[in-house]
Amino acid sequence: MIPELGNFAIVLALLIACVQAFCSLVGAARGNAVWMSVARPAAHALFLLVVVAFACLAYSFLSNDFSVLNVATNSNSTLPWFYRMAATWGSHEGSLLLWILMLTGWMFAVATFSKHLPADMVARILGVMALISIGFMLFLLLTSNPFERLLPPAADGRDLNPLLQDPGMVIHPPMLYMGYVGFSVVFAFAIAALLSGRLDSTWARWSRPWTTVAWSFLTVGIALGSWWAYYELGWGGWWFWDPVENASFMPWLTGTALMHSLAVTEKRGGFKAWTVLLAIITFSLSLLGTFLVRSGVLTSVHAFATDPERGVFILIFLIFVVGGSLALYAWRAPRVGLGGRFELVSRESALLANNVLLLVAAASVLLGTLYPLFLDALGLGKISVGPPYFNAVFVPLMAPALFLMGIGPIARWKKAGIPDLGKRLKWAFGVALLCALLLPFTMGRWSPMISFGLLLAIWIIASGLVNLWERTTQLALVGGGRRVKYLKRLPRGYYGMLLAHFGVAVFIIGVTLVNGYETEKDVRMKPGSTVAIGGYDLRLERLEDMVGPNYSGIRGVVTVMKNGRVVNMMYPEKRLYNVQQMPMTEAAIDTGFTRDLYVSLGEPLDGGDWVVRVYHKPFIDWIWGGAFLMAMGGIVAVSDRRYRLAKARNQKPEAVKDVAPA
Amino acid sequence: MARHLIPLLVFVVIVGFLWAGLSLNPREVPSPLIDKPAPEFSLPKLREQGAVLRTDDLRGQVWLLNVFASWCTPCLEEHPLLVDLAKRNVVPVYGLNYKDQRAVALKWLRRHGDPYTGIMVDVEGRTGIEYGVYGVPETFVIDKRGVIRFKHIGPLTPQVLEEKIVPLVKRLQA
Amino acid sequence: MTRVMSGWKLPVIFLASLYVLQAFCALAEEAPSVAADPVLEKRVMRLSEELRCLVCQNQSLSDSNAELATDLRNQVREMMQAGKSDAQIRDYMVASYGDFILYDPPFKMTTLVLWVGPFLLLVLGAVMLARNLKQRRQAVSEQPLTSEQRARARTLLSGNQDEAQ
Repeated sequence: MIPELGNFAIVLALLIACVQAFCSLVGAARGNAVWMSVARPAAHALFLLVVVAFACLAYSFLSNDFSVLNVATNSNSTLPWFYRMAATWGSHEGSLLLWILMLTGWMFAVATFSKHLPADMVARILGVMALISIGFMLFLLLTSNPFERLLPPAADGRDLNPLLQDPGMVIHPPMLYMGYVGFSVVFAFAIAALLSGRLDSTWARWSRPWTTVAWSFLTVGIALGSWWAYYELGWGGWWFWDPVENASFMPWLTGTALMHSLAVTEKRGGFKAWTVLLAIITFSLSLLGTFLVRSGVLTSVHAFATDPERGVFILIFLIFVVGGSLALYAWRAPRVGLGGRFELVSRESALLANNVLLLVAAASVLLGTLYPLFLDALGLGKISVGPPYFNAVFVPLMAPALFLMGIGPIARWKKAGIPDLGKRLKWAFGVALLCALLLPFTMGRWSPMISFGLLLAIWIIASGLVNLWERTTQLALVGGGRRVKYLKRLPRGYYGMLLAHFGVAVFIIGVTLVNGYETEKDVRMKPGSTVAIGGYDLRLERLEDMVGPNYSGIRGVVTVMKNGRVVNMMYPEKRLYNVQQMPMTEAAIDTGFTRDLYVSLGEPLDGGDWVVRVYHKPFIDWIWGGAFLMAMGGIVAVSDRRYRLAKARNQKPEAVKDVAPA
Repeated sequence: MARHLIPLLVFVVIVGFLWAGLSLNPREVPSPLIDKPAPEFSLPKLREQGAVLRTDDLRGQVWLLNVFASWCTPCLEEHPLLVDLAKRNVVPVYGLNYKDQRAVALKWLRRHGDPYTGIMVDVEGRTGIEYGVYGVPETFVIDKRGVIRFKHIGPLTPQVLEEKIVPLVKRLQA
Repeated sequence: MTRVMSGWKLPVIFLASLYVLQAFCALAEEAPSVAADPVLEKRVMRLSEELRCLVCQNQSLSDSNAELATDLRNQVREMMQAGKSDAQIRDYMVASYGDFILYDPPFKMTTLVLWVGPFLLLVLGAVMLARNLKQRRQAVSEQPLTSEQRARARTLLSGNQDEAQ
C-alpha cells in the first residue's frame, strides 16, 4: 500500500508540475495575473507530494518491506536503522527521488521567500524549475521507479554496499545534491531574465543569495565526499580526479566564477552576459554530472549500475534543457547589454580575469574527463587520463587565480593603479615570501613546490589582513576613535568574503604540507611490536575477534605514545560483512589539529603476524577545515543585512554610514 | 550574435560524443599486439609432465590460443564451442592454463571435454601479462609466421566464431 | 664503606646488565618492514600509482587488491630488481596492454589536443579578455555631468548624509 501511495504521489506531482509549468510560463508571457498566481501554491503542493513519496520509500526501508525491489536490493534486516534510512538514497532510483525532493524543496523555498519579486519573475522562475522537475519525474516513473514491487517478496535483502555503511555516506549525498540542485534556482533566474529581457543589478541582488547558499552546500558536499574517501577507502588518499568527483568539481568551479560575477553585476551593473552564461553553464554541468554517473559512459568507482536506456533518456533531457537554454542565450544575450566602463587595471578586470581562469580550469577538467571517450568514439584507441594529467594542468591554472585573490578585494572599482596596488601590498607580499621561504625548514625539508604553495596561501591571508586594516583605517579617519571599534560596523558580506578566502588559504596550506611531509610505513607486526612514525611510537597490544550488527572481524588495539607517554588508543578493524561476504578495512584515525595518525590493517601473514600500514599526515585536516571555512564564509555573506529586507526598512538611518558592502 | 552561439556549438559537439559513447564499453581494453609477433614462451605442458611447449614449435601453422582456467565460470560457458570446433578439425586450439593447479585443471578437462591439441601451464600468470591478458577467458588467432591477428576478450559466442574467427583462419591458412 | 666487590667484577656486572638491557630493547625494537627492501618498495609504489588496474573501476595498481593488480605489481618489482628503469617498465606494460594502462597519457599525435588544449584555452581566454577590455573602453564612453546633475551631486554629498545611501 505504502509504496503504491508513494508512486501515486509522484504521478500527481508530475501532473501538478505540468500545470504549473504551462500556466506560469504562458501566463508570464501573456501578462495573465491569474495564470501566474498558480506558480506559488503549485510549488508548495509539489514539495509536499514529493515529501510524501520520499517518506513512503523511507518507511519501506525502515520497516524492512522486502516486497519492494529497491529495498530488497539495497537493504537487510540486520542493517542498523540509520543505514536503512540512508539506503533510501543509496541506489540509482532512490538517489533520483532525493534529487527530486531537493529540487521541489528549493522550489518551495523560492515560492516562500520571494514576496519582493515581481509576479512575472516568480512565475517564470518557478515555471522553469517545474519543467526540470517534469523531466526528472518522467525519468523516475519511466525508467527508474524505486517503488517497483518484487513478487514474491524476498525473504531478506541483499544489504547495502558495505562501503556505504558509514556516517559520511549518510550526509554526503544530501549535501551534494542541495548544491547541485540549488544551482537550478539561479539557472531559472537567468532563463527568466532572458525571457523577460530584464537583466539589471536588482536581478543580481535577488539571485545572489540563492547562488551563494547552493555554492556553500556544494562545497560541504564535495569536502565530505573527499573526507569520506580518505577514512573509508583505507589508503589515505583524498582526491583521485575520478570522473564522478570531477563531475561535482566542475560546477563548483563555474559556480565560484558565477558568485563573483554576480557581485559585479549587482554592484556595477557589469558582466551581465557573463553572469547569465555562467548560471546556465553551472547548472548544465550539474546535469552533465547526473548523466556521467548514471549512463555507464565513463568508468568510475562511484557509478551506479548502468543501463543504456537510462543514458539515452538523460541525454535527451540534457539536449532539451541545456541546448534550449544555450539557444535562448544565443538569441537574447545581445539585448542584455554592456555594463559599465572600467579600466584595464581595476577590481572588475581582476574579477573578469578570475572568471576566465576558473572557466578555463573547468574546461580543462572537462577535457581530461571526456578525452578517453572522444578518442574511443573516433576509433583512435583507448587511453586513460588520471591524476598525473589533472595535477599537471590544474595547479598551474589555479596559481594565477590564487594570486589575484590577494589583489581583487583590495583593488578599487573601475580604476586602480598598479603602482598604488604595489605600494599597499608590498609588505603583505614580503611577509608571505619570507614565511614561505623559511617555514619549510621548521618542518624538516625545503622544496620549491612547498614554498610556492605556502607563498600563495600566506599571500592570501596577508593581503586579506591588509584589506581589513585599510577598511577600518578609512572608517576611523572619518568617524574618529580606534580602528577596533569599527570592526563590527563592517558588513557581513565583507566578512563572509574574508572568511571564504581565508578558508582557501587554509585549504592550500593543508594540501601543500600533507603532500610535502607525509610519511608512510608498511610493517609486519605482532602483539608487542612497535613502529615509530612522525615522532610517535605505535605499539600493537593485541588483536581481538569482534562481532558487529551485520559483520564480524578482527580489531587491533594500538597504543599511541609520544616520548614514552601514552597519548591515545587506536582500533583499526578488518571486517567481513555477513550478507555480501565483503571484506572491509576500517582504518583507525587519530585526528589532530596539526596531524592525523592513520593505521590500517592489511593482510594476516603466516605466524600470526599482520601487515600494518601506518601514516603520519601533517595538517591534512586543514584541507577539509579550509573547505568548511569557505562554506561558512558563504553563509555569513548571505546573512548580510541587506538581504534581510523587512528589518532594513524599519531601521533608522545612523549618523555614520557604513562603507558600501564589498 | 555569432560570439554568443559558441557555447551552443561546443555543447552540440560534446553531445555528439556522449551519444556515441552510449554504445561503447569504457572498460574494454583493446590489444596493442594485433599484427605484432606473438610473445615467445617456453612453458611446461599440462598433460605431459616434464615436456615443454615453445612458440617455435607452433610456427608454420595457423593456431588459436585460448586462455582458460578451472576456476573461471565464463570459460565453462564457451568450452562446448571449443570442443565442437576441435571436432570440426578447422584449426588447432592450444590452451594456456592460467594461474591454475595441475591436478584440478586435468580433472576439469576430463569432466568437460578436452579440445586442446596442446596445453601450456602458466602458474604465475607471467606469460599472460606478456599477452596482455587481464581476464579469462581470452582467445587469440595466430598465423603461420607467429603474428597475432585477432583477439577476443570474454567467452566465445557462435557469432564471433562463425563471423570472425573461422573466416579469418581460413583466409590465413590459404 | 667496605668494598662490595673486587675490582673487575663491577665492570663485568655493569656490562652484563647492559647486554641484558639491550636484549630487552631488542624485544621492543621497531617492527620490521614488510618489504625486503623498503627503498625499492617506495619506487614500486610510486610507479604503481601511475599504472591503472585493468579489472577495477578506476583504481591504480598501488591502491587495488585485485589479483591482477598484485601480479602486475610483482612484475614491476621484479623488473626493478633486474635493474630496469621506470621508462622501460612503462614501455613493457604499454606493449602488452596499450596506452590504457597509463594514467599519465603519453604525448603523441592523438593526445595533442589533450595536453595543449588547456594552454590554448588559457591563451584564447587571455586574448579575448584583452580585446573585451579594449572594446569596453571604446564602446562605453562617459558623458560629463550636466550642470543640473552637478548641483544635485553637490547637495547630496555635502548636505543630507542620510539620503546618500
